[in-house]
Amino acid sequence: MSGKEGTGGFRKRKHDNFPHGHRREEKDKLNSSSAVIMAFKSFQVELDTRHDKYERLVKLSRDITIESKRTIFLLHRITSAPNGEEILMESEAKLDTVRQKIKQVAQELMGEDMYQYHRAISPGLQEYVEAVSFQYFIKTRSLVSIEEINRQLVFTEEDKEEETKPSSDCNNKQDHTWNLKVTAVDYLLGVADLTGELMRMCINSVGNGDIDTPFELSQFLRHIYDGFSYIGNTGPYEVSKKLYTLKQSLAKVENACYTLKVRGSEIPKHMLADVFSTKTEIIDQEDGLS
Amino acid sequence: MSVSQMFITLQGALTADQDIREEIRKVVQMLEQTAREILTVLQGVHQGSGFQDIPKKCQKAREHFGTVRTQLASLKIKFPADQYYRFHEHWRFVLQRLVFLAAFVVYLETETLVTREAVTEILGIEADREKGFHLDIEDYLSGVLTLASELSRLAVNSVTAGDYSRPLRISAFINELDSGFRLLNLKNDSLRKRYDGLKYDVKKIEEVVYDLSIRGLNKDAAGGEK
Repeated sequence: MSGKEGTGGFRKRKHDNFPHGHRREEKDKLNSSSAVIMAFKSFQVELDTRHDKYERLVKLSRDITIESKRTIFLLHRITSAPNGEEILMESEAKLDTVRQKIKQVAQELMGEDMYQYHRAISPGLQEYVEAVSFQYFIKTRSLVSIEEINRQLVFTEEDKEEETKPSSDCNNKQDHTWNLKVTAVDYLLGVADLTGELMRMCINSVGNGDIDTPFELSQFLRHIYDGFSYIGNTGPYEVSKKLYTLKQSLAKVENACYTLKVRGSEIPKHMLADVFSTKTEIIDQEDGLS
Repeated sequence: MSVSQMFITLQGALTADQDIREEIRKVVQMLEQTAREILTVLQGVHQGSGFQDIPKKCQKAREHFGTVRTQLASLKIKFPADQYYRFHEHWRFVLQRLVFLAAFVVYLETETLVTREAVTEILGIEADREKGFHLDIEDYLSGVLTLASELSRLAVNSVTAGDYSRPLRISAFINELDSGFRLLNLKNDSLRKRYDGLKYDVKKIEEVVYDLSIRGLNKDAAGGEK
Protein backbone atom coordinates (compact mmCIF):
# COMPACT_ATOMS: atom_id res chain seq x y z
CA MET A 1 0.00 0.00 0.00
CA SER A 2 2.69 2.46 0.97
CA GLY A 3 4.46 1.69 -2.30
CA LYS A 4 1.40 2.69 -4.25
CA GLU A 5 1.08 5.97 -2.41
CA GLY A 6 4.71 6.62 -3.19
CA THR A 7 4.11 6.31 -6.91
CA GLY A 8 1.04 8.48 -6.55
CA GLY A 9 3.13 11.24 -5.04
CA PHE A 10 5.71 10.74 -7.72
CA ARG A 11 3.08 11.13 -10.36
CA LYS A 12 1.83 14.42 -8.98
CA ARG A 13 5.23 16.01 -9.19
CA LYS A 14 5.60 15.03 -12.82
CA HIS A 15 4.01 16.74 -15.78
CA ASP A 16 0.66 15.43 -16.78
CA ASN A 17 1.64 14.61 -20.33
CA PHE A 18 4.29 12.21 -19.14
CA PRO A 19 3.12 8.93 -20.67
CA HIS A 20 4.21 6.75 -17.78
CA GLY A 21 2.06 8.75 -15.42
CA HIS A 22 -0.91 8.26 -17.64
CA ARG A 23 -0.57 4.57 -17.59
CA ARG A 24 -0.25 4.49 -13.84
CA GLU A 25 -3.39 6.48 -13.51
CA GLU A 26 -5.26 4.06 -15.71
CA LYS A 27 -4.02 1.15 -13.71
CA ASP A 28 -5.10 2.71 -10.43
CA LYS A 29 -8.56 3.29 -11.76
CA LEU A 30 -8.70 -0.28 -12.90
CA ASN A 31 -7.54 -1.57 -9.55
CA SER A 32 -10.31 -0.05 -7.53
CA SER A 33 -13.56 -0.36 -9.39
CA SER A 34 -13.49 -2.58 -12.48
CA ALA A 35 -15.97 -5.40 -12.67
CA VAL A 36 -13.23 -8.02 -12.66
CA ILE A 37 -11.63 -6.64 -9.53
CA MET A 38 -14.98 -6.40 -7.81
CA ALA A 39 -15.68 -10.01 -8.70
CA PHE A 40 -12.32 -11.14 -7.35
CA LYS A 41 -12.91 -9.25 -4.14
CA SER A 42 -16.04 -11.30 -3.58
CA PHE A 43 -14.10 -14.46 -4.48
CA GLN A 44 -11.55 -13.51 -1.85
CA VAL A 45 -14.25 -13.33 0.78
CA GLU A 46 -15.76 -16.62 -0.31
CA LEU A 47 -12.46 -18.49 -0.39
CA ASP A 48 -11.33 -17.07 2.95
CA THR A 49 -14.60 -18.09 4.59
CA ARG A 50 -14.21 -21.59 3.23
CA HIS A 51 -10.58 -21.92 4.32
CA ASP A 52 -11.36 -20.62 7.79
CA LYS A 53 -14.12 -23.14 8.23
CA TYR A 54 -11.82 -25.90 7.03
CA GLU A 55 -9.14 -24.88 9.53
CA ARG A 56 -11.63 -24.82 12.39
CA LEU A 57 -12.79 -28.30 11.45
CA VAL A 58 -9.23 -29.61 11.29
CA LYS A 59 -8.64 -28.27 14.76
CA LEU A 60 -11.79 -29.91 16.08
CA SER A 61 -10.82 -33.14 14.39
CA ARG A 62 -7.44 -33.07 16.13
CA ASP A 63 -9.10 -32.54 19.50
CA ILE A 64 -11.47 -35.41 18.83
CA THR A 65 -8.54 -37.65 17.88
CA ILE A 66 -6.58 -36.83 21.03
CA GLU A 67 -9.52 -37.33 23.39
CA SER A 68 -10.49 -40.58 21.69
CA LYS A 69 -6.94 -41.88 21.96
CA ARG A 70 -6.93 -41.06 25.66
CA THR A 71 -10.20 -42.91 26.08
CA ILE A 72 -8.68 -45.96 24.43
CA PHE A 73 -5.64 -45.85 26.73
CA LEU A 74 -7.96 -45.59 29.67
CA LEU A 75 -9.95 -48.59 28.51
CA HIS A 76 -6.80 -50.66 28.19
CA ARG A 77 -6.27 -50.30 31.91
CA ILE A 78 -9.43 -52.30 32.47
CA THR A 79 -7.66 -55.63 31.94
CA SER A 80 -5.54 -55.21 35.02
CA ALA A 81 -7.83 -53.10 37.19
CA PRO A 82 -10.28 -54.71 39.59
CA ASN A 83 -12.69 -51.77 39.38
CA GLY A 84 -13.90 -52.23 35.83
CA GLU A 85 -17.16 -50.37 36.36
CA GLU A 86 -15.38 -47.23 37.45
CA ILE A 87 -13.20 -47.16 34.35
CA LEU A 88 -16.20 -47.70 32.11
CA MET A 89 -17.97 -44.78 33.76
CA GLU A 90 -14.94 -42.60 33.31
CA SER A 91 -14.62 -43.57 29.66
CA GLU A 92 -18.28 -42.77 29.15
CA ALA A 93 -17.69 -39.30 30.55
CA LYS A 94 -14.70 -38.84 28.25
CA LEU A 95 -16.70 -39.93 25.23
CA ASP A 96 -19.36 -37.43 26.17
CA THR A 97 -16.84 -34.63 25.92
CA VAL A 98 -15.76 -36.00 22.54
CA ARG A 99 -19.37 -35.93 21.45
CA GLN A 100 -19.58 -32.29 22.48
CA LYS A 101 -16.74 -31.61 20.04
CA ILE A 102 -18.54 -33.57 17.36
CA LYS A 103 -21.57 -31.44 18.05
CA GLN A 104 -19.47 -28.40 17.25
CA VAL A 105 -18.44 -30.08 14.02
CA ALA A 106 -22.08 -30.73 13.21
CA GLN A 107 -22.86 -27.10 13.89
CA GLU A 108 -20.07 -25.97 11.59
CA LEU A 109 -21.40 -28.24 8.88
CA MET A 110 -24.98 -27.01 9.27
CA GLY A 111 -26.31 -26.26 5.82
CA GLU A 112 -23.06 -27.35 4.17
CA ASP A 113 -22.29 -30.32 2.04
CA MET A 114 -20.59 -32.61 4.52
CA TYR A 115 -18.37 -34.19 1.89
CA GLN A 116 -16.87 -30.84 0.99
CA TYR A 117 -15.13 -30.79 4.37
CA HIS A 118 -14.94 -34.51 4.85
CA ARG A 119 -11.17 -34.65 4.59
CA ALA A 120 -10.84 -32.26 7.50
CA ILE A 121 -12.87 -34.32 9.93
CA SER A 122 -12.38 -37.87 8.70
CA PRO A 123 -9.36 -38.75 10.92
CA GLY A 124 -11.16 -37.58 14.04
CA LEU A 125 -14.28 -39.50 13.21
CA GLN A 126 -12.33 -42.70 12.61
CA GLU A 127 -10.61 -42.38 15.94
CA TYR A 128 -13.96 -41.76 17.59
CA VAL A 129 -15.43 -44.88 15.96
CA GLU A 130 -12.44 -46.80 17.28
CA ALA A 131 -12.95 -45.55 20.83
CA VAL A 132 -16.70 -46.06 20.87
CA SER A 133 -16.56 -49.53 19.38
CA PHE A 134 -13.80 -50.51 21.82
CA GLN A 135 -15.90 -49.42 24.75
CA TYR A 136 -18.94 -51.12 23.30
CA PHE A 137 -17.00 -54.33 22.88
CA ILE A 138 -15.80 -54.30 26.49
CA LYS A 139 -19.35 -53.76 27.67
CA THR A 140 -21.23 -56.17 25.42
CA ARG A 141 -18.62 -58.31 23.66
CA SER A 142 -20.10 -57.45 20.29
CA LEU A 143 -19.55 -55.01 17.47
CA VAL A 144 -21.33 -51.69 17.57
CA SER A 145 -23.32 -51.02 14.42
CA ILE A 146 -22.97 -47.89 12.34
CA GLU A 147 -26.60 -47.06 13.05
CA GLU A 148 -25.92 -47.17 16.76
CA ILE A 149 -22.99 -44.78 16.40
CA ASN A 150 -24.98 -42.36 14.30
CA ARG A 151 -27.83 -42.47 16.79
CA GLN A 152 -25.50 -41.08 19.42
CA LEU A 153 -24.49 -38.25 17.14
CA VAL A 154 -27.87 -36.53 17.00
CA PHE A 155 -27.75 -33.41 19.08
CA THR A 156 -30.53 -31.19 20.24
CA GLU A 157 -30.43 -27.87 22.01
CA GLU A 158 -32.91 -28.63 24.76
CA ASP A 159 -33.57 -25.23 26.32
CA LYS A 160 -33.80 -23.37 23.06
CA GLU A 161 -36.11 -25.89 21.56
CA GLU A 162 -38.66 -25.25 24.25
CA GLU A 163 -38.56 -21.54 23.60
CA THR A 164 -39.29 -21.92 19.93
CA LYS A 165 -41.88 -24.61 20.31
CA PRO A 166 -44.90 -22.29 20.58
CA SER A 167 -44.09 -20.75 17.23
CA SER A 168 -42.98 -24.07 15.86
CA ASP A 169 -42.81 -24.59 12.21
CA CYS A 170 -40.76 -27.31 10.67
CA ASN A 171 -37.83 -25.10 9.75
CA ASN A 172 -37.43 -23.63 13.17
CA LYS A 173 -37.23 -26.97 14.81
CA GLN A 174 -34.58 -28.18 12.43
CA ASP A 175 -32.41 -25.23 13.34
CA HIS A 176 -31.89 -26.70 16.77
CA THR A 177 -31.09 -30.27 15.96
CA TRP A 178 -27.81 -31.25 14.45
CA ASN A 179 -26.66 -34.61 13.42
CA LEU A 180 -23.53 -35.94 11.93
CA LYS A 181 -23.46 -39.17 10.01
CA VAL A 182 -20.36 -41.29 10.08
CA THR A 183 -19.85 -42.58 6.55
CA ALA A 184 -19.58 -46.28 5.85
CA VAL A 185 -15.93 -45.89 4.94
CA ASP A 186 -15.07 -43.98 8.12
CA TYR A 187 -16.84 -46.66 10.10
CA LEU A 188 -14.94 -49.45 8.37
CA LEU A 189 -11.59 -47.77 8.88
CA GLY A 190 -12.41 -47.18 12.52
CA VAL A 191 -13.35 -50.80 13.01
CA ALA A 192 -10.15 -51.89 11.31
CA ASP A 193 -8.22 -49.80 13.85
CA LEU A 194 -10.28 -51.37 16.59
CA THR A 195 -8.84 -54.77 15.75
CA GLY A 196 -5.37 -53.46 16.59
CA GLU A 197 -6.62 -52.42 20.01
CA LEU A 198 -8.23 -55.80 20.53
CA MET A 199 -4.96 -57.48 19.72
CA ARG A 200 -3.23 -55.38 22.37
CA MET A 201 -5.98 -56.19 24.81
CA CYS A 202 -5.51 -59.88 24.12
CA ILE A 203 -1.79 -59.73 24.86
CA ASN A 204 -2.42 -57.66 27.98
CA SER A 205 -4.98 -60.07 29.33
CA VAL A 206 -2.62 -62.99 28.90
CA GLY A 207 -0.11 -61.01 30.88
CA ASN A 208 -2.65 -60.86 33.65
CA GLY A 209 -3.29 -64.56 33.63
CA ASP A 210 -6.68 -64.21 32.03
CA ILE A 211 -7.12 -67.27 29.85
CA ASP A 212 -10.69 -66.83 28.61
CA THR A 213 -10.48 -63.40 27.06
CA PRO A 214 -7.91 -64.31 24.37
CA PHE A 215 -10.18 -67.01 23.00
CA GLU A 216 -13.15 -64.70 22.98
CA LEU A 217 -11.09 -62.07 21.22
CA SER A 218 -9.78 -64.42 18.57
CA GLN A 219 -13.34 -65.52 17.86
CA PHE A 220 -14.48 -61.92 17.51
CA LEU A 221 -11.50 -60.88 15.41
CA ARG A 222 -12.10 -63.77 13.08
CA HIS A 223 -15.65 -62.55 12.52
CA ILE A 224 -14.39 -59.09 11.68
CA TYR A 225 -11.71 -60.48 9.40
CA ASP A 226 -14.32 -62.54 7.57
CA GLY A 227 -16.41 -59.41 7.21
CA PHE A 228 -13.55 -57.45 5.71
CA SER A 229 -12.71 -60.31 3.38
CA TYR A 230 -16.33 -60.25 2.25
CA ILE A 231 -16.00 -56.59 1.35
CA GLY A 232 -12.64 -57.22 -0.32
CA ASN A 233 -11.81 -54.62 -2.87
CA THR A 234 -15.34 -53.27 -3.27
CA GLY A 235 -14.38 -50.61 -0.82
CA PRO A 236 -11.93 -47.81 -1.36
CA TYR A 237 -8.20 -48.22 -1.40
CA GLU A 238 -7.70 -47.34 2.29
CA VAL A 239 -9.90 -50.21 3.38
CA SER A 240 -7.93 -52.80 1.42
CA LYS A 241 -4.75 -51.34 2.86
CA LYS A 242 -5.96 -51.94 6.39
CA LEU A 243 -6.79 -55.52 5.56
CA TYR A 244 -3.10 -56.39 5.65
CA THR A 245 -2.59 -55.03 9.17
CA LEU A 246 -5.77 -56.72 10.23
CA LYS A 247 -4.39 -60.03 9.06
CA GLN A 248 -1.26 -59.50 11.13
CA SER A 249 -3.27 -58.68 14.24
CA LEU A 250 -5.40 -61.74 13.77
CA ALA A 251 -2.30 -63.93 13.33
CA LYS A 252 -0.86 -62.64 16.60
CA VAL A 253 -4.05 -63.35 18.49
CA GLU A 254 -4.42 -66.79 16.96
CA ASN A 255 -0.82 -67.61 17.81
CA ALA A 256 -1.44 -66.45 21.35
CA CYS A 257 -4.42 -68.79 21.66
CA TYR A 258 -2.38 -71.58 20.18
CA THR A 259 0.38 -71.08 22.72
CA LEU A 260 -2.13 -71.00 25.54
CA LYS A 261 -3.70 -74.22 24.38
CA VAL A 262 -0.44 -76.09 23.88
CA ARG A 263 1.56 -74.83 26.82
CA GLY A 264 -1.25 -73.80 29.13
CA SER A 265 -1.91 -77.28 30.40
CA GLU A 266 1.67 -77.99 31.35
CA ILE A 267 2.94 -74.70 32.74
CA PRO A 268 1.90 -73.28 36.09
CA LYS A 269 -0.38 -70.29 35.69
CA HIS A 270 1.94 -67.77 37.23
CA MET A 271 4.59 -68.46 34.61
CA LEU A 272 2.28 -68.14 31.62
CA ALA A 273 3.07 -64.51 31.17
CA ASP A 274 6.77 -65.21 30.73
CA VAL A 275 6.21 -67.90 28.14
CA PHE A 276 3.89 -65.70 26.29
CA SER A 277 6.02 -62.59 26.23
CA THR A 278 8.96 -64.44 24.71
CA LYS A 279 6.64 -65.83 22.07
CA THR A 280 5.37 -62.40 21.05
CA GLU A 281 8.86 -61.04 20.90
CA ILE A 282 9.69 -63.61 18.29
CA ILE A 283 6.64 -62.61 16.30
CA ASP A 284 7.58 -58.96 16.53
CA GLN A 285 11.05 -59.69 15.25
CA GLU A 286 9.63 -61.56 12.31
CA ASP A 287 7.38 -58.65 11.50
CA GLY A 288 10.29 -56.30 11.65
CA LEU A 289 12.22 -58.37 9.17
CA SER A 290 9.48 -58.75 6.60
CA MET B 1 -27.19 -57.77 14.52
CA SER B 2 -24.37 -60.17 13.96
CA VAL B 3 -21.02 -59.06 12.64
CA SER B 4 -21.44 -60.80 9.31
CA GLN B 5 -24.87 -59.26 8.79
CA MET B 6 -23.42 -55.83 9.44
CA PHE B 7 -20.72 -56.36 6.90
CA ILE B 8 -23.24 -57.59 4.34
CA THR B 9 -25.19 -54.34 4.77
CA LEU B 10 -22.02 -52.29 4.47
CA GLN B 11 -20.96 -54.19 1.40
CA GLY B 12 -24.34 -53.44 -0.15
CA ALA B 13 -23.85 -49.74 0.51
CA LEU B 14 -20.37 -49.81 -1.00
CA THR B 15 -21.59 -51.61 -4.12
CA ALA B 16 -24.40 -49.09 -4.57
CA ASP B 17 -21.77 -46.38 -4.27
CA GLN B 18 -19.66 -47.99 -6.94
CA ASP B 19 -22.62 -48.24 -9.28
CA ILE B 20 -23.24 -44.53 -8.94
CA ARG B 21 -19.60 -43.82 -9.68
CA GLU B 22 -19.75 -46.03 -12.74
CA GLU B 23 -22.79 -44.14 -14.06
CA ILE B 24 -21.11 -40.82 -13.42
CA ARG B 25 -17.98 -41.94 -15.20
CA LYS B 26 -19.97 -42.81 -18.31
CA VAL B 27 -21.55 -39.35 -18.53
CA VAL B 28 -18.25 -37.64 -17.77
CA GLN B 29 -16.65 -39.52 -20.65
CA MET B 30 -19.27 -38.11 -23.02
CA LEU B 31 -18.73 -34.66 -21.58
CA GLU B 32 -15.02 -34.94 -22.19
CA GLN B 33 -15.71 -35.89 -25.79
CA THR B 34 -17.89 -32.82 -26.30
CA ALA B 35 -15.30 -30.63 -24.61
CA ARG B 36 -12.65 -31.91 -27.00
CA GLU B 37 -14.90 -31.11 -29.95
CA ILE B 38 -15.43 -27.56 -28.74
CA LEU B 39 -11.71 -27.15 -28.22
CA THR B 40 -11.05 -28.31 -31.78
CA VAL B 41 -13.48 -25.75 -33.12
CA LEU B 42 -11.91 -22.95 -31.10
CA GLN B 43 -8.34 -23.95 -31.85
CA GLY B 44 -8.99 -22.65 -35.36
CA VAL B 45 -8.41 -19.11 -34.18
CA HIS B 46 -4.71 -19.76 -33.81
CA GLN B 47 -4.35 -20.29 -37.53
CA GLY B 48 -3.58 -17.27 -39.67
CA SER B 49 -6.78 -17.65 -41.64
CA GLY B 50 -8.83 -18.18 -38.52
CA PHE B 51 -8.86 -14.59 -37.38
CA GLN B 52 -11.48 -13.48 -39.83
CA ASP B 53 -14.26 -15.84 -38.90
CA ILE B 54 -14.02 -15.80 -35.13
CA PRO B 55 -17.73 -15.03 -34.73
CA LYS B 56 -18.59 -18.05 -36.85
CA LYS B 57 -16.40 -20.30 -34.73
CA CYS B 58 -17.92 -18.96 -31.55
CA GLN B 59 -21.34 -19.58 -32.97
CA LYS B 60 -20.42 -23.17 -33.71
CA ALA B 61 -18.94 -23.63 -30.25
CA ARG B 62 -22.08 -22.28 -28.65
CA GLU B 63 -24.09 -24.88 -30.52
CA HIS B 64 -21.92 -27.57 -28.96
CA PHE B 65 -22.65 -26.12 -25.53
CA GLY B 66 -26.23 -27.19 -26.13
CA THR B 67 -25.00 -30.80 -26.03
CA VAL B 68 -23.05 -30.00 -22.87
CA ARG B 69 -26.22 -28.74 -21.22
CA THR B 70 -28.12 -31.93 -21.92
CA GLN B 71 -25.19 -34.06 -20.79
CA LEU B 72 -24.82 -32.11 -17.56
CA ALA B 73 -28.55 -32.42 -17.03
CA SER B 74 -28.24 -36.20 -17.24
CA LEU B 75 -25.24 -36.11 -14.88
CA LYS B 76 -27.33 -34.27 -12.30
CA ILE B 77 -29.77 -37.12 -11.87
CA LYS B 78 -27.12 -39.79 -11.43
CA PHE B 79 -26.58 -39.05 -7.73
CA PRO B 80 -28.41 -37.47 -4.78
CA ALA B 81 -28.36 -33.70 -5.10
CA ASP B 82 -26.93 -33.14 -1.62
CA GLN B 83 -23.89 -35.31 -2.25
CA TYR B 84 -22.26 -33.11 -4.85
CA TYR B 85 -18.87 -33.06 -3.16
CA ARG B 86 -18.87 -36.77 -2.56
CA PHE B 87 -18.40 -37.40 -6.26
CA HIS B 88 -16.89 -34.05 -7.11
CA GLU B 89 -13.52 -35.36 -8.24
CA HIS B 90 -15.12 -37.32 -11.06
CA TRP B 91 -16.24 -34.27 -12.98
CA ARG B 92 -13.90 -31.69 -11.54
CA PHE B 93 -11.45 -31.83 -14.41
CA VAL B 94 -13.99 -31.75 -17.20
CA LEU B 95 -15.94 -28.96 -15.53
CA GLN B 96 -12.80 -26.83 -15.29
CA ARG B 97 -12.19 -27.47 -18.96
CA LEU B 98 -15.73 -26.46 -19.85
CA VAL B 99 -15.35 -23.27 -17.83
CA PHE B 100 -12.22 -22.50 -19.81
CA LEU B 101 -14.01 -23.14 -23.10
CA ALA B 102 -16.98 -20.99 -22.14
CA ALA B 103 -14.64 -18.24 -20.96
CA PHE B 104 -12.68 -18.47 -24.21
CA VAL B 105 -15.82 -18.13 -26.31
CA VAL B 106 -16.99 -15.15 -24.28
CA TYR B 107 -13.56 -13.55 -24.50
CA LEU B 108 -13.40 -13.97 -28.28
CA GLU B 109 -16.87 -12.47 -28.62
CA THR B 110 -16.70 -9.54 -26.23
CA GLU B 111 -13.10 -9.45 -24.91
CA THR B 112 -14.36 -9.54 -21.34
CA LEU B 113 -14.00 -12.02 -18.53
CA VAL B 114 -16.97 -14.29 -18.23
CA THR B 115 -18.68 -14.04 -14.86
CA ARG B 116 -19.33 -17.08 -12.76
CA GLU B 117 -23.07 -16.63 -13.27
CA ALA B 118 -22.66 -16.42 -17.02
CA VAL B 119 -20.68 -19.67 -17.07
CA THR B 120 -23.37 -21.46 -15.12
CA GLU B 121 -25.90 -20.17 -17.60
CA ILE B 122 -23.88 -21.39 -20.58
CA LEU B 123 -23.47 -24.80 -18.96
CA GLY B 124 -27.05 -24.97 -17.76
CA ILE B 125 -26.18 -25.42 -14.09
CA GLU B 126 -26.83 -23.47 -10.90
CA ALA B 127 -24.79 -20.63 -9.44
CA ASP B 128 -25.41 -21.41 -5.78
CA ARG B 129 -24.77 -24.61 -3.95
CA GLU B 130 -28.23 -24.54 -2.39
CA LYS B 131 -30.00 -24.95 -5.68
CA GLY B 132 -28.38 -28.15 -6.88
CA PHE B 133 -25.61 -28.97 -9.31
CA HIS B 134 -23.44 -25.88 -9.17
CA LEU B 135 -20.05 -24.55 -10.19
CA ASP B 136 -17.48 -24.61 -7.41
CA ILE B 137 -15.54 -21.38 -7.13
CA GLU B 138 -12.19 -23.13 -7.33
CA ASP B 139 -13.21 -24.85 -10.54
CA TYR B 140 -14.25 -21.52 -12.00
CA LEU B 141 -10.91 -19.95 -11.08
CA SER B 142 -8.99 -22.89 -12.51
CA GLY B 143 -10.84 -22.54 -15.79
CA VAL B 144 -10.02 -18.84 -15.89
CA LEU B 145 -6.33 -19.62 -15.35
CA THR B 146 -6.40 -21.99 -18.31
CA LEU B 147 -7.87 -19.14 -20.33
CA ALA B 148 -4.88 -16.98 -19.42
CA SER B 149 -2.37 -19.44 -20.85
CA GLU B 150 -4.46 -19.90 -23.96
CA LEU B 151 -4.55 -16.14 -24.46
CA SER B 152 -0.80 -15.80 -24.13
CA ARG B 153 -0.55 -18.28 -26.96
CA LEU B 154 -3.14 -16.35 -28.93
CA ALA B 155 -1.11 -13.17 -28.50
CA VAL B 156 1.90 -14.78 -30.12
CA ASN B 157 -0.11 -16.22 -32.97
CA SER B 158 -2.00 -13.04 -33.67
CA VAL B 159 1.31 -11.27 -34.23
CA THR B 160 2.27 -13.97 -36.68
CA ALA B 161 -1.03 -13.46 -38.43
CA GLY B 162 -0.34 -9.72 -38.65
CA ASP B 163 -2.87 -8.59 -36.06
CA TYR B 164 -0.77 -6.21 -33.97
CA SER B 165 -3.52 -4.69 -31.90
CA ARG B 166 -4.81 -7.86 -30.27
CA PRO B 167 -1.73 -8.48 -28.06
CA LEU B 168 -2.19 -5.06 -26.48
CA ARG B 169 -5.77 -5.80 -25.61
CA ILE B 170 -4.86 -9.25 -24.32
CA SER B 171 -2.12 -7.70 -22.23
CA ALA B 172 -4.56 -5.33 -20.57
CA PHE B 173 -6.95 -8.18 -19.95
CA ILE B 174 -4.37 -10.50 -18.44
CA ASN B 175 -2.97 -7.74 -16.26
CA GLU B 176 -6.40 -7.16 -14.84
CA LEU B 177 -6.76 -10.87 -14.24
CA ASP B 178 -3.39 -10.97 -12.54
CA SER B 179 -4.26 -8.17 -10.15
CA GLY B 180 -7.54 -9.94 -9.49
CA PHE B 181 -5.82 -13.17 -8.54
CA ARG B 182 -3.39 -11.30 -6.36
CA LEU B 183 -6.33 -10.36 -4.17
CA LEU B 184 -6.92 -13.99 -3.28
CA ASN B 185 -5.32 -15.79 -0.37
CA LEU B 186 -4.75 -19.17 -1.89
CA LYS B 187 -3.93 -22.26 0.09
CA ASN B 188 -1.17 -24.55 -0.99
CA ASP B 189 -3.38 -26.64 -3.22
CA SER B 190 -3.82 -27.37 -6.91
CA LEU B 191 -5.37 -23.96 -7.58
CA ARG B 192 -2.35 -22.28 -6.08
CA LYS B 193 -0.08 -24.34 -8.31
CA ARG B 194 -2.06 -23.28 -11.36
CA TYR B 195 -1.94 -19.69 -10.22
CA ASP B 196 1.83 -19.86 -9.97
CA GLY B 197 1.85 -20.43 -13.72
CA LEU B 198 -0.02 -17.20 -14.40
CA LYS B 199 3.08 -15.05 -14.06
CA TYR B 200 4.71 -16.83 -16.98
CA ASP B 201 1.70 -16.06 -19.14
CA VAL B 202 1.85 -12.43 -18.05
CA LYS B 203 5.56 -12.35 -18.82
CA LYS B 204 5.08 -13.92 -22.25
CA ILE B 205 2.49 -11.36 -23.25
CA GLU B 206 4.59 -8.49 -21.95
CA GLU B 207 7.43 -9.73 -24.12
CA VAL B 208 5.17 -9.75 -27.15
CA VAL B 209 4.00 -6.22 -26.39
CA TYR B 210 7.60 -5.14 -25.91
CA ASP B 211 8.64 -6.64 -29.24
CA LEU B 212 5.83 -4.78 -30.93
CA SER B 213 6.49 -1.44 -29.34
CA ILE B 214 10.25 -1.50 -29.83
CA ARG B 215 9.63 -1.92 -33.55
CA GLY B 216 6.89 0.65 -33.63
CA LEU B 217 4.46 -2.00 -34.79
CA ASN B 218 1.82 -1.08 -32.27
CA LYS B 219 1.69 2.56 -33.46
CA ASP B 220 -0.99 2.14 -36.05
CA ALA B 221 -2.86 -0.38 -33.96
CA ALA B 222 -2.91 1.60 -30.74
CA GLY B 223 -3.77 4.79 -32.57
CA GLY B 224 -3.91 7.86 -30.40
CA GLU B 225 -3.18 6.03 -27.22
CA LYS B 226 0.48 6.98 -27.27
